[in-house]
Amino acid sequence: MSSITPELVEQHQITPEEYSRVLTLLGREPSLTELGIFSVMWSEHCSYKSSRMHLKRLPTRGARVLQGPGENAGVVDLGHGLACVFKVESHNHPSFVEPFQGAATGVGGILRDIFTMGARPVAIMDSLRFGPIVEDHTPSLPGGVPVKITQNRRILRGVVGGVGHYGNCFGVPNVGGETVFEACYQDNPLVNAFALGLARKDELFFAKAEGVGNPVIYVGAKTGRDGIHGASLLASAQFSGADGQQKRPNVQVGDPFLEKLLLEACLEAMHSGRVLGIQDMGAAGLTCSTCEMGGRGGVGVEIEMDLVPQRETGMTAYEIMLSESQERMLLVAERGHEQEVIGIFKKWGLDAVEIGTVIPEPVMRVKEGGKVVAEIPNTALTDEAPVYDRPWAPRSRLEPLDPPPAVKAQLDQARSGEDLAQDLVRLLAAPNISSKRWITEQYDSMVRTNTITGPGGDAGVIRIKETGQGLAMALDGNGRYCYLDPKRGARLAVAEASRNVSATGAEPIGGTNCLNFGNPEKPSILWQFSEVIDGITEACEALSIPITGGNVSFYNETEGRAIYPTPVIGVVGLLEKAEAHATAPFRPIGNNAGRSIIVLGGVLTTDESFAVSFGSSQYAQTIIGALWGLPPYVEMAYEQRVQACCRHLIAEGLVESAHDLSDGGLAVALAECALSSGVGASVKFNQADDARRLLFGEDASRILLSATKESRARIDHIVSQYNIRADEIGVTGGDALVVSQQGNKLFSVSLESLRSAYEDIFPATIEEVRV
Amino acid sequence: MKFGVVVFPGSNCDHDAFHAVQDALGQQAAYLWHQSTDLERSDAIILPGGFSYGDYLRTGAIAHFAPIMESVKKFAARGGLVLGICNGFQILLESGMLKGAMLRNRNLKFICRPVHLRVENVDTPFTNALHPGQVLSIPINHGEGNYYVDNETLETLQRRREIVFRYCDANGGLSDRTNPNGSLHHIASICNRGGNVMGMMPHPERACDALLGSTDGRAIFQSAINAISGTYSKPKVAEAVAPQR
Repeated sequence: MSSITPELVEQHQITPEEYSRVLTLLGREPSLTELGIFSVMWSEHCSYKSSRMHLKRLPTRGARVLQGPGENAGVVDLGHGLACVFKVESHNHPSFVEPFQGAATGVGGILRDIFTMGARPVAIMDSLRFGPIVEDHTPSLPGGVPVKITQNRRILRGVVGGVGHYGNCFGVPNVGGETVFEACYQDNPLVNAFALGLARKDELFFAKAEGVGNPVIYVGAKTGRDGIHGASLLASAQFSGADGQQKRPNVQVGDPFLEKLLLEACLEAMHSGRVLGIQDMGAAGLTCSTCEMGGRGGVGVEIEMDLVPQRETGMTAYEIMLSESQERMLLVAERGHEQEVIGIFKKWGLDAVEIGTVIPEPVMRVKEGGKVVAEIPNTALTDEAPVYDRPWAPRSRLEPLDPPPAVKAQLDQARSGEDLAQDLVRLLAAPNISSKRWITEQYDSMVRTNTITGPGGDAGVIRIKETGQGLAMALDGNGRYCYLDPKRGARLAVAEASRNVSATGAEPIGGTNCLNFGNPEKPSILWQFSEVIDGITEACEALSIPITGGNVSFYNETEGRAIYPTPVIGVVGLLEKAEAHATAPFRPIGNNAGRSIIVLGGVLTTDESFAVSFGSSQYAQTIIGALWGLPPYVEMAYEQRVQACCRHLIAEGLVESAHDLSDGGLAVALAECALSSGVGASVKFNQADDARRLLFGEDASRILLSATKESRARIDHIVSQYNIRADEIGVTGGDALVVSQQGNKLFSVSLESLRSAYEDIFPATIEEVRV
Repeated sequence: MKFGVVVFPGSNCDHDAFHAVQDALGQQAAYLWHQSTDLERSDAIILPGGFSYGDYLRTGAIAHFAPIMESVKKFAARGGLVLGICNGFQILLESGMLKGAMLRNRNLKFICRPVHLRVENVDTPFTNALHPGQVLSIPINHGEGNYYVDNETLETLQRRREIVFRYCDANGGLSDRTNPNGSLHHIASICNRGGNVMGMMPHPERACDALLGSTDGRAIFQSAINAISGTYSKPKVAEAVAPQR
């Protein structure tokens, strides 16, 4: 009698074809526990079955790369015997279902990925995307779904609370990231968390079992029924209807205090020299750690369910193997020294139990009360997992290339200086641009006393106490750009993350990506994915940034509405001397002459039609309320030279401030440099172009610098070496932003009024009580 | 001199305090494990910031039962210097070594940012290197730093000059706007009657290096060094100085 019915197979999200493959690989019918194990390991989230063949195209090699994709996190060499371990990962669906815990455990998961490798986490960042939190030009979503301001604010508050709670308690500084609002994320927010750790190069650990007969030790929190099927049902399926409530039990619950103890105990145990391999239990819990550690070591792992520390009674092998309870690790120790290892965990008040051994047969063997309940070849779960070359097809444009007629009429009319000033104020107050202090002040950004530049800078910058070096890191994505043109958008995301790092003076040395997309079974979505991979590849190759790891998040759809394709790129850069870094604020000038304001790369960096590229800008979103055209084209070779030149100027100490130009263009960047220091600026444009283009256009490859008059000659000399343009556009000073074009004054706005727009509107919005 | 930095499970500013006294101030430092009772002949004890015991029950509530705290209390009773920073301050309150209690921040949110502090009393072992009324820039980082105490005790604190720092603006002015967490009378730090036990919510160890933005925290550790090395002698406890507000 068969206990595995087709219905049961379907409930496990295994297709009939996949099930026949299970039968072939096992040579028999699976037990229920085995079926569960296959369902999580072959889920999109764990197997990367739709993305794997595309991901192979990413550049992953580089002189500094010590570990590329395939481990818990990527590793790059910092010199001086130090290595830097980092990765970004998504926790999108759990954060929609249960914002606080979903976001908290997202942070917890990425932190474990870092310290599993023997590195102490020293910085985190978060990239967050939500539906609109203010009424704007988007009254409803496609299909007539109303914009849910209250819901979106609730999710934002919960997510920020969760990210803060976990990081603050664990004791790792949050040094940056981004928060974006767009209608497409309303019922599918994105929560991507990045973590970075430091380790001695010769003390890195890998998730590999070795040495037949060695003990397999379970450490950390007890196993409960939380998070069962998190990887398959939450992370690898789209939402519909009442899923938000029904799937709540699939979300794990985090305890950062326990994770802090686990960190200290793991690092101490690793230092003892008695730990041979270690992997955290993240997605697919005990199942994933057992078969992957065996697989990587070319051996097998046998474990006994009765020995697994359990939080609840009566748990079946199925539940134990699939639980995603947080703060757990599996490690292989040296036989004869297991008590030494276990003793270290006991000292930190943690469970540490030998639950199995390394065996010669390359299988995962699970016993319950001495009886085998699952025995699966490692390769069946990893290398033999299905890989799909899914069909893809270019998506027909949903948005026009040229501005819609009403917009065109608007753009054809010149805008008065007064209107432009108001536009700037409105942009600064828009949630996508305004100060996110309300969010970032809820995060500990300074613990470990290394933070040189925290949230709000172009990139987070920390020092390394041991070597005097500095590390800069940035997370960037732009769903609007990628929606209009996935490849261009992806190139821009890489260019901007890298530019943010270069604007601090640091040289980019490695990257990580979190690829958030809709349902890959739809050809148009898979096309977006493939285009984005190509775009990332082109940009990373041009900028010499190897991708060392990351994560793919598909099925970001609710009721069939997909999010914009949203690759989030993390770039890490190295400063040989931490002191030699730049920051964005203009410097106070006292009674001295104002500093020269220079746009490195040039005020305009593309010859493409303004009417087409303006449609993807923040101005188009906030002021015009429309979306059209193409994102700005980025010429990668030019971008590379601009960034290299910027780093050179900073290394020589020639600039007093440096700030990347991105969302909102030059006017917003000027305001940000001025507001962060209280030093105003006076700017003159010689160009005859539309003032909207000069002020709010989002051309790539531009960095805003300020420098003393005395440095000008040397700067010009260096700029010419890099064969790039640098336009001097004005001087710092005063307490207003004054702009003129071709001798005519456009506007003068006091910093005070810019400040109140930039600082006050966002907190007031989010704290507003709505009945 | 030697600073002992207590490590509770969940302490996360222990490394930072250790680094500050050892590398920025050039003193000896040692970690003291919570289950030990040995203060390892430390000249001063730091209870660091963090989330001891996960802040379960109440912030600092479990930590004061740790074996090391018996030794710390005895040490303090003999006049030994004890500095509680953030969670350390909360532990000092829970253990009764200082008076009062912490409520959640007025805005019900965790707050991390630099704040200005006005020096209210320079006649303590932790403030002797500062000037009266001096304004310091030191970060806060807490969810429960809204100091509260009953009126009678508040008067005693004021009379005995046990309020050490107040939250203020850049010029030392006190206003509701510059009170980040709603603390009673803008209180950021208090000490005991002997002045040898001080709790403060702001983190001086985060303000010891110009590269990170401020070195104003150094004077607090330097004061302790002065007090121990005898370059500063503690004045008699002063009563009935003019009210501070």
